[in-house]
Amino acid sequence: MQVNRRQLLGAGLGASALLALPGCSSSGDSGSGGGEKKVEVFSWWSGPGEGEGLAALIEDFKKNNAGVEFINAAVAGGSGTQARQVLTSRLLANQPPDSYQLHAGQEAASDIKAGKLEPIDYLYDANSWRDKFPKGLTEKLTIDGKIYAVPVNIHRSNLLFFNPKKLAEWGISAPGKTWSELVAQGNTLKGKNVKLLSVGTTWTQMHLMENVLLGELGTDKYNGLWTGSTDWNGADVIAALDTFKQLLALSVVSTDDWQPTIDKVVAGTAAFNVMGDWAAGYLQGAKALKYKTEYDVVASPGSAGVYNFLADSFTLPKGAPHKAYAEAWLKECASKEGQDLFNPKKGSVPARLDSDKSKYTDYLGWALGEWQNSATVVVGSLVHGVVANNAWKAEIEKAYGVFFQDKDSKKFAGAVAAAYAANK
Amino acid sequence: MRSRTRRSIGKWLPGLILVAPSLIVLGIFVYGFIGWNARYSFTDWKGLTPSDTFVGLDNYRELFADETFRNDSRNLIIFTLVFMLGSLLLGLFMALLLDKGVWGEGFLRSVFLFPMAISFIATGIIWRWLLNSDSGESTTGINKLFDVVGLDFLHSEWHKSDSIFAVASIALPAGWALSGYVMALFLAGLRGIPEELREAARVDGAGELRVYWHVVRPLLLPVLMSAVVILAHISLKTFDLIYAIDPGGPRTETPALYMWLTSFRGGFFARGASIATMLFVAIALVVVPYIWYSMRQERR
Repeated sequence: MQVNRRQLLGAGLGASALLALPGCSSSGDSGSGGGEKKVEVFSWWSGPGEGEGLAALIEDFKKNNAGVEFINAAVAGGSGTQARQVLTSRLLANQPPDSYQLHAGQEAASDIKAGKLEPIDYLYDANSWRDKFPKGLTEKLTIDGKIYAVPVNIHRSNLLFFNPKKLAEWGISAPGKTWSELVAQGNTLKGKNVKLLSVGTTWTQMHLMENVLLGELGTDKYNGLWTGSTDWNGADVIAALDTFKQLLALSVVSTDDWQPTIDKVVAGTAAFNVMGDWAAGYLQGAKALKYKTEYDVVASPGSAGVYNFLADSFTLPKGAPHKAYAEAWLKECASKEGQDLFNPKKGSVPARLDSDKSKYTDYLGWALGEWQNSATVVVGSLVHGVVANNAWKAEIEKAYGVFFQDKDSKKFAGAVAAAYAANK
Repeated sequence: MRSRTRRSIGKWLPGLILVAPSLIVLGIFVYGFIGWNARYSFTDWKGLTPSDTFVGLDNYRELFADETFRNDSRNLIIFTLVFMLGSLLLGLFMALLLDKGVWGEGFLRSVFLFPMAISFIATGIIWRWLLNSDSGESTTGINKLFDVVGLDFLHSEWHKSDSIFAVASIALPAGWALSGYVMALFLAGLRGIPEELREAARVDGAGELRVYWHVVRPLLLPVLMSAVVILAHISLKTFDLIYAIDPGGPRTETPALYMWLTSFRGGFFARGASIATMLFVAIALVVVPYIWYSMRQERR
């Protein structure tokens, strides 16, 4: 009996000691990786198209940096919706990857403010990247006078996709040039039991909304929405929001992500879908549709000659464990070869101006022409992190949830303006 | 006197040491973190740099004025009521059927219990398809079933409808998933009632319905209590199921989703902590009376 009790005691103490151990040792091991030949890159590219593009980029990186182990820390989820939460907890714990993906622009603002990112102007100077990217793009990448990210690609978000055969069937020769023309077409389609637009989950609705604002207000006023110079409570903004409401009323609104949403346009239950050009990659790749005959795309109403852009870019976090290889990765992302390997697969155009044009055909051929045309006006996307910092963007999303239910344009505009003042 | 103290130490010390590891883990990772979370709910922490500035009840005051939070709370109440009533009624019904004795009881028991073995994420993905509300050819799931059996008028927009009850359609899969578990609880309760009691009632001339009402029902009350507590806390914390069916739609958002979205999308960590604290208090309001009740029962 006595012996048993002693054994029990020992076992209990042993277990307690074991538990205490990891608590003591965890602090010391994070800095020991400096000499290892590896690089951990965090992205949200795992889906079709983007996953293959990343793989091509990694392969080229390995060729240029022999013997460096590449750790692909991709977290699945469209537009980085899941990846961001994983990244936030790593940044809060000061355990950053060597490089992580961000949308170029204000999405980086809160990370910079918290001192999580290293400025990389020195890389731009050493590799003369400033001459290789369009000036408007480097301006949007600059926050408080410094650059913190390298763009790999350029996406265009203000596009209207449709099925030309179906459109001809319904007797519509071309999509409306303005949003009110499109509303009129929607009323015609209603008689044929066809919905005007196919819209999906919340972010796709807001994607539509920002492009309605862009088309109705014009580029200057649209830009002003994000810098405080356009009054959200102004009559023209309210009118544009009212147009957006009319559009929603004529649309099929599901809770799906963008792929099933655009499938409805292919199937002909809805006429149009406003989506970024990653949809062209999906229609051409996964759906094997032919550009111009089986699917077609124009700039969304009122935004011809405007590039409502977003760019995927990579960063150098402060305290990156393998800084030298992280820099090598950023060079890979900025390189002509890297961008020309990645972009045709991802379905986007390269950020560099000297890329190999012969690699971009069909939609991408048109897109590259527009991007490199000096007359094109470049504006930034709200939903894709260019124009609003994370806090303000999240507050707009929240206000949109209320707007979606009560459809009160004035209240929504007021809430967005108030959130700007609180979070700028 | 001294030897008595030693003897009593010898009595409780080994036990204490045995449970010490789990006490320490619980203390740190459950109670410690609850306290840590509550502490940050009184600060203005926003963004990636933790802040210790004490702002009192500001976050809570803002939440009560926040239309999104009020909308989410209303959704949660509807979700909880439909989910609990649904799974309790369905579970009780299945348990009564099995108790009456059917052929292949063992098989049916596993079938009824099976939905609980599926993760809420998988359940959500299947039910997103089942609750599809597209018109015409792209109809699938339950609406398609209505078509096939000629009950077209039952077509529903489910969770996409503008009604405040949209969230109730998400309570359907939740009830479906948990009803088997409720059945198992009730079945165990029913089997625990001695047959002699029912026999005695029958001998006294009670019909089958009166046997259930006067003998079985009171004896099932403790089972009902624990089922209610388990379902209530599951309902308050449900996140994955709702997120899998409708990620971030205002019609089906509950405070659990709002907590996550506001913390990790916008970096409003103090606001997220306040929502978490309120959910914790709400769960405590259900669980604490139950614990008090069952401890009183045991003492008797």
